[in-house]
Amino acid sequence: MTRRAVVTGIGVVSAGAVGVKAFWSLLTEGRTATRPITLFDAEGFRSRIAGECDFDPEANGLTTEEALTMDRAAQFAVVSAREALADAGLDPGHTDPARRAVSIGSAVGCTMSLEREYVKVSGSGDAWLVDHRQAHPELHSYLVPSSIARDVAWQIGAEGPVTLVSNGCTSGLDSVRHAARLIEEGTADVALAGASDAPVSPITVACFDTIKATSANNEDAAHASRPFDLHRDGFVLGEGAAVLLLEEREAARRRGARVYAEIAGYGSRANAYHMTGLKPDGREMAEAIRVALARARLEPTDVDYVNAHGSGTRQNDRHETMAFKRSLGDHARRVPVSSIKSMIGHSLGAIGSIELAACALAIHHDVVPPTANLHHPDPECDLDYVPLTARELPVDAVLSVGSGFGGFQSALVLTAPETAR
Amino acid sequence: MTGPAGPELVITGIGVLAPTGLGTESYWRAALRGESGIGPVRRFDATGYPVRLTGELPSFEPAERVPRRLLPQTDVWTQQSLAALEEALADAELATSSVPEYEFALSTASSAGGVEFGQREIQSLWSKGPRHVGAYQSIAWFYAATTGQVSIRHGLRGHCDTFVSEAAGGLDSFAGARRAVEDGASAVVCGATDSALSPYGMVCQWSGGQLSERADPARAYLPFTEDACGYVPGEGGAMFVAEERAAAERRGAPRCYGVVAGHASTFSPPPSSGRPPTLRRAVESALSQASLTPAEVDVVYADALAVPEADRAEAQALCEVFGPYGVPVTAPKTGLGRLYCGGSALDVATALLSMRDGTVPPTPNVHRAAPEYRLDLVTGAPRRMPVRNALVVARGYGGFNSALVLRAPGPRRPRGLHGEEY
Repeated sequence: MTRRAVVTGIGVVSAGAVGVKAFWSLLTEGRTATRPITLFDAEGFRSRIAGECDFDPEANGLTTEEALTMDRAAQFAVVSAREALADAGLDPGHTDPARRAVSIGSAVGCTMSLEREYVKVSGSGDAWLVDHRQAHPELHSYLVPSSIARDVAWQIGAEGPVTLVSNGCTSGLDSVRHAARLIEEGTADVALAGASDAPVSPITVACFDTIKATSANNEDAAHASRPFDLHRDGFVLGEGAAVLLLEEREAARRRGARVYAEIAGYGSRANAYHMTGLKPDGREMAEAIRVALARARLEPTDVDYVNAHGSGTRQNDRHETMAFKRSLGDHARRVPVSSIKSMIGHSLGAIGSIELAACALAIHHDVVPPTANLHHPDPECDLDYVPLTARELPVDAVLSVGSGFGGFQSALVLTAPETAR
Repeated sequence: MTGPAGPELVITGIGVLAPTGLGTESYWRAALRGESGIGPVRRFDATGYPVRLTGELPSFEPAERVPRRLLPQTDVWTQQSLAALEEALADAELATSSVPEYEFALSTASSAGGVEFGQREIQSLWSKGPRHVGAYQSIAWFYAATTGQVSIRHGLRGHCDTFVSEAAGGLDSFAGARRAVEDGASAVVCGATDSALSPYGMVCQWSGGQLSERADPARAYLPFTEDACGYVPGEGGAMFVAEERAAAERRGAPRCYGVVAGHASTFSPPPSSGRPPTLRRAVESALSQASLTPAEVDVVYADALAVPEADRAEAQALCEVFGPYGVPVTAPKTGLGRLYCGGSALDVATALLSMRDGTVPPTPNVHRAAPEYRLDLVTGAPRRMPVRNALVVARGYGGFNSALVLRAPGPRRPRGLHGEEY
């Protein structure tokens, strides 16, 4: 019997929604949660908008000490992990600790704390040499983002493989792929798999400012993230986390777990072209999709919904549209494609896992979330992007893709449990 | 990770940048002589800093080793990986263009990303304003920067991964490489370098409470002794070309250093949990995957943190698996400093070279292990002995353990199953 990983629990911290229920309402109602930045004073920055989480650590079960010492990304990850565990109704105590794994993705790790603490030890950033006497005791944990995976491992008492997968903006797809691989090959039976990023801090906002990757539509923050729209002008930075509880399929079945979806296939390729630029032909993303579908033993026509990377940059949305046409053929014109970044922004490494959470929910509820803010389709983006309004339809197989700096292209296929083959 | 009929991963090219030598052979000669590359901090004026010593690369000139246009857009950590990989590719005599387009994968590791680059840009931002942040911050600082640059530089379009598990990452990159080969890749770049020696990077490391504050290079990093007082941070590492065995044989690869025979990673729960650490299980799982008994292991490359509690835990795990004084153990890193995931990658290189030359290098500056550890620590002179199977152990801050078993090239032997058959 082929071992497969299935999703039995979901936890989400997202802009506009803490918790799965609020998250799914936001998406299916097509509401947007992007707004002017409140996490720091963004005066003087080019892009001053973001998809921020209204996140109160203590209201979400963290202790005062955790709230003070853990980086925001670690807090998101831990809260999501706890929700996923509770949602799955799994008592980890009934599993072998040695066969519990953790695979968490993050693009920029604990940047927010690293930047904040640097300012403290360097005379407000004026000095290259810093004052170690003012060093925060958790600086080593902030320096090495593996601390986020460690914190999640503690939630489930994992003693099997624990790692942070950091592949830039495909981290959240690749971390889940890695965890599924561990379950398939028999190294683990249970895994917390997901991703977290909290990049809404001056240095990250500034670094995207300088290359004009982010939207400068500061006057209309709620409608600034406009994937596939003719007037799109870059992505809107976001933050958040999603963690999935993955279990080996037969074990989940035995314990009578509710199964949202199966991890059916995945593929990753690199364009080896440019750190930030994309070739318009979408060749490598198409190849990642082809590999993922082949591993899932699905034909392009089996795909009911495509969750796009849809970042809202000029080049990405065209690149991706070409990749869908190249890999799915005529079916690309029929299958609904949408980008939830239109509502919650682009939370870098975290978004891949947040999108997988949305995909599992789409399968579970037979509803496809829309692409908000899509009023004027770009003629070069000529697919069905599910503008503005969610759509009810049977969803048994979903393709989710990601594309990131470094040229990484990833695809992952989720299927409904009953269509398992 | 796979059944007995699965593909095997062999290492066909090595590139090294170490504080004792740039280049594999120069490093290896220094390791055999027990040389130390630890010295006073040279990167910045460390007067008043609690940490006085580092293992910095001697005379590493990125401009001589890395294409000029990449210099402004990369951190020194990425430059080190690029330079080490050039040597590994030349050593493997592998033209990357000869590998089918999507079959050249990358599996690397990073502990902390582009620390020096990042500090400079954050300083610009806070001292001068957002418009003074350079255009390359977005691609130089993040943990996958090296992976992306390597992919682009060499046209590698296969599966890419960057693992972060602090010092265990170098070994985890080999596990990723093996999975990539099992999933259809025929060649993989793996290994790692690390460098976090900017003033802020050093203070971040120091805050963990594990750095040596001594000023005498010969007495600063002494694991498994009564005098252990933490470790000295260093930089560098090793990059590798690894290939699916049949593919390497088909193309007539000039060298095969060894086979990646087994790997396991485990996580040690926090001491407050009351549960024991899991390093021992990582070692046992890796050995069982390699179908080896402890008695068949010829040498162990230790993690050797030099924090007494951690040394005890490691020695205890090794004694439980191999018996007291049951296997030669060495830690050449005492002459280098701790290079984090670059260090565990470098230990793989050293283990492969000790197989090639039938010599185990010593643990520099350590004259004798304290009796309480019950280890046969190789000290003083290198030990001449055949090395057929080697174990490399690494631990990452926070509870990460990784164990990698290397086997000398030779006829294939069945590999133990890793979990259930499928």
